[in-house]
Amino acid sequence: MREITIGQYIPGNSAIHRLDPRTKIIITFAFMVLLFVIDDFAGYAFPIIFIAIASLLSGISVKYMLRGLRPLIVIIMLTFVLNLFMVKGRVIYEVGPLNVTYEGLYQGAFMVLRLVLLIVGTSLLTLTTSPITLTDGIESLLKPFSKVGVPAHELAMMMTIALRFIPTLMEETDKIMKAQMARGADFSSGNMVKRAQSLVPLLVPLFISAFRRADDLAMAMESRCYRGGENRTRMKTLKMTRGDVFAFVATGFLAAGCLASRFLW
Amino acid sequence: MAAEILVEGVCYQYPQSSEMALKDVNLRIKKGEFIAIIGPNGSGKSTLAKLFNGLFVPTKGRITVDGLDTRDKENIWKIRQKAGIVFQNPDNQIVATVVEEDVAFGPENLGVPPDEIRKRVDEALEIVELKEYAQKPPHLLSGGQKQRVAIAGIIAMRPDYIIMDEPTAMLDPVGRKEVISTVKRLNKEEGKTIVLITHFMEEAVEADKVIVMSEGRVVMEGTPREIFSKVGKLKAIGLDVPQVTELAHRLRGQGLAIREDVLTIDEMVECLCPLL
Repeated sequence: MREITIGQYIPGNSAIHRLDPRTKIIITFAFMVLLFVIDDFAGYAFPIIFIAIASLLSGISVKYMLRGLRPLIVIIMLTFVLNLFMVKGRVIYEVGPLNVTYEGLYQGAFMVLRLVLLIVGTSLLTLTTSPITLTDGIESLLKPFSKVGVPAHELAMMMTIALRFIPTLMEETDKIMKAQMARGADFSSGNMVKRAQSLVPLLVPLFISAFRRADDLAMAMESRCYRGGENRTRMKTLKMTRGDVFAFVATGFLAAGCLASRFLW
Repeated sequence: MAAEILVEGVCYQYPQSSEMALKDVNLRIKKGEFIAIIGPNGSGKSTLAKLFNGLFVPTKGRITVDGLDTRDKENIWKIRQKAGIVFQNPDNQIVATVVEEDVAFGPENLGVPPDEIRKRVDEALEIVELKEYAQKPPHLLSGGQKQRVAIAGIIAMRPDYIIMDEPTAMLDPVGRKEVISTVKRLNKEEGKTIVLITHFMEEAVEADKVIVMSEGRVVMEGTPREIFSKVGKLKAIGLDVPQVTELAHRLRGQGLAIREDVLTIDEMVECLCPLL
């Protein structure tokens, strides 16, 4: 229980890992938007090349990235099947009352490719950026919006504390579970309702302890002069480097390609 | 401006309680001292710790840190920078997911410029001897190491006073030793004023001065030698004395001519050898 990895981050020191988290977040968003600009198969060549280069630079294989698709396979299949049968057009095959159309096949394959690229593209962000760096990036990007009431610093602080306490609370859950099992609690048999009920003696002490921890932590933070995000400085400030400029230029080319494929061809 | 923490006639009552947790406490903690506060559970020692840097405000009386009154809201952050607290449970005071980031938390809150924070963090980790753990996530550290991270987090704020509220209570003997040797070094080498609240008498022996609390009052005050020679009085309060002191006390009871104020094993050896 001591070695707990959070998220799917793969530690590394590649060019992609070293990019400023803000760069990666912005590019990921741009990438997602551009995927929706593309309207034919040929256009997908650009994001596929983009991902291939990024994968090469990051040292994370496309095969590994595709593993991220596994939990979403149902959604992908459903998208394909729905498109296959729902789109009207030239009928190529009949299954009972349902028609498979040429347009449906095209549309289904097109949508699936879009979904796959969407998932692979975003997982590249989480695979190469540690949760804590990601948090710093989000905080920094949201900062301009704090003037209109977006609690950027508070959100980031909450994320940090959550990440910090996940291992602690996991360990504690383990401890309570063992203590309750030693007193005859049974967590693994019975039907759904019974199993849910058996979690009560686990969750109640866990929550009580979590609240106690929260109280202690608040006191410790106050004692270390924490008073919110105002006038706070950071030891590590995010810095854009030449790599980031390069990444933005590459994204520019991607955007140009996608837009050209839609409006010029 | 006096360089000391001055506690004058302080009473404190918890909002939900009908009884006073502290009753007319008077203390003077001078800069550079190493003070141990001992007392049985519920004697008010932890409450006192939280009063030192304004986490709690006295119900009656006043506390001043270098002349700054803790009741004055304007002083509060200055006071907390001057007097840092290390708490009992190391898990519940570490904020960040990386050791060096946690040490940086205090100075970041104070608005120290980034380069200066870097310097302070490296220095603080050097002092607690955890330099090689700077990049580690805290949950992979031992209890003693975590508590030293917490201490580094306080040192990085450059306080004059460090208050430790039972910092070793949740540690194993090895962790306890690590923390206490760090505390001693902070006092001797870095010149920090230490207020160590503890229920381990062996730790209190290391201090320049021991304060004994019972039922919200300061009942004894003196050097460890003075305090621990009064075995009977301490026991009546519900406190133990260091093991060797206890042994000396019993041997005296058996008619052996041994000093009453033996504090360490070495001293015991010195006392016993001539008798053999």
